[in-house]
Amino acid sequence: MRKDSSLTRVHKKASLAHNLRKHWLLFVMLLPAVIYVIIFSYVPMTGIVLAFKKYQHAGGIYFSPWNGLKNFRFLMVAGKLGMATRNTILYNLAFIVLGVLFEMGSAILLNELVSKRFKKLSQTFMFLPYFISWVVAGAIMYNIFNYERGVFNHIVRALGGTPFDLYNSPGAWPFVIILLKLWKGTGYGSVVYLAAITGLDQEMFEAATIDGTNAWQRIRYITIPSLVPTMMILVLLAIGNIFRGDFGLFYQTVKSSALLQPATEIIDTYVFKLLINDGNIGVSAAVGLYQSVLCFITINLANWLVKRVQPDYALY
Amino acid sequence: MSMHAVHPKRLNRRIWTRDAIAINILGYVFIGLFALMCLFPFYLIIVASITPEASLIRNGYPLIPTEFSLQSYALCLKNPESVLRAYGNTIMVTVIGTFLSVWLATMTGYVLSRRDFPYRNFFSFFFFFTTLFSGGLVPWYMMCTRYLAFKNHYYALILPMMFSVWNTIIAKSFIGGIPAAITESAKIDGANDFTIYLKLIIPLCKPLIATLSLFAALAFWNDWYNCMLFMTDETRYNLQYYLQRMLGSAAAMKIVAEKSGIDLPSVPLEGMKMAMTIVATGPIVLLYPFVQRYFVKGLTIGAVKG
Repeated sequence: MRKDSSLTRVHKKASLAHNLRKHWLLFVMLLPAVIYVIIFSYVPMTGIVLAFKKYQHAGGIYFSPWNGLKNFRFLMVAGKLGMATRNTILYNLAFIVLGVLFEMGSAILLNELVSKRFKKLSQTFMFLPYFISWVVAGAIMYNIFNYERGVFNHIVRALGGTPFDLYNSPGAWPFVIILLKLWKGTGYGSVVYLAAITGLDQEMFEAATIDGTNAWQRIRYITIPSLVPTMMILVLLAIGNIFRGDFGLFYQTVKSSALLQPATEIIDTYVFKLLINDGNIGVSAAVGLYQSVLCFITINLANWLVKRVQPDYALY
Repeated sequence: MSMHAVHPKRLNRRIWTRDAIAINILGYVFIGLFALMCLFPFYLIIVASITPEASLIRNGYPLIPTEFSLQSYALCLKNPESVLRAYGNTIMVTVIGTFLSVWLATMTGYVLSRRDFPYRNFFSFFFFFTTLFSGGLVPWYMMCTRYLAFKNHYYALILPMMFSVWNTIIAKSFIGGIPAAITESAKIDGANDFTIYLKLIIPLCKPLIATLSLFAALAFWNDWYNCMLFMTDETRYNLQYYLQRMLGSAAAMKIVAEKSGIDLPSVPLEGMKMAMTIVATGPIVLLYPFVQRYFVKGLTIGAVKG
């Protein structure tokens, strides 16, 4: 990204007016996106001052009175932020580890399958959940796990078991949420890895076969190592967002059950509730700032670490 | 397990060694089960949507269809204005939003891919930085509601997802693969930058455009979040939010029932939820087989590091 030498940079600076005149149309073409990003990203960044203010409607973002660290102190007293942070991290870690395992695993297996028709058909099915909204996924959850009429309890009752009330059992939720996430995302993720496998030089595999390796060894020593760069990019991006939860996944399945909160509250749902339900603008801005700062630190830290170990895998 | 002397020609054909058999069995079992797991919930919803309400109340959502009735669908469409309006809103937003977002991503990506554009690194970072740091939900929400008057305006459903930095990075790396000589020779012929983008670059970007359109269309079609944040007027609801409301509150369904003039107890509420789910998902899934080809191709593009 930043390869130009200092010499050319000096040269560029010297001829700003010249460049503007020469490339004016390129600047115009860039303008809509630049304006968009300024309005929807950069100006809101200045809105983080709200975290240190007592919001008043008349004063808006910039002219409301300051109230120091009161919003943060409120969060400390409320005591839910730690729980939400822990849930966000743990869920995301599970998504990352299991996601990589499932996606890479299915991609490798799909690649080894002999029947092309089976491969295509199963891929089509696996992709389907990616196409639906979280609202529809919520309807699916309702169909299966609804206490009185759900299919799950239908089967349990038919087998003579005791029906299971998921919506009153916080302990079961981590499994359900993780399962749902894998269900929705594995098909999509596996195609990314499959594309990387198809892009590999097939002669490598042929040579290895002639050398007397078996399929397991080829997977272990050729396929998996060649998928590492793809994996690193995806994992690095995911780690950068480890403090950001998938709002739709949690909001559409959990709804607003207080009982399930300890197991399912993530930072994003917490901010949303503070803002929309409680209308507590200063405090929700404080949570948002906390989340953004943590994300910013993690992504830079992760990228820095990767850069030290293997510069090719770094994001920037 | 030892490989016998293999004739080079036979290499392209699969040789059924023990490891190949083992891995294929594992593949068929694991992939087969997972594929069925992906399909199964859709089957359950379809079955529930065509089962009569009385049976749903009595026996719960069925595994296997025993009775058949289109009662739930009939009720979904009994009072068609609100469903059709939600459909209309979703289609309008999806079409306009997809067009704008693909246009913005490709045009911005083209400028950033131009090696002779002196500030490309600065602007690339200017965009990329917004993915690293953000002000969070609240300042953004305040911006939208207080200063841009998003409440109950259709553009509230389009603007939030109109520009994506990731799509721009994908576009930049794809267009960067097109030989620079095309732009250079056109410049010598006196074409301006926008003409080059529109007349020369765009026609070479079909796989890119197919991919970005698909991602964007999916995002707009499946959006309920922006509708939930910004729409209070029922006539502005999109399809997914309409479905969410229907699934969520019995109260909302009572209103539908009263409007369609049916006694409450006999209203197929359970079946209707499932029928509405099918109605809301339908078009995008029907579109799916046609776009799948592009999607896989496009993901290859998307996987390229920006």
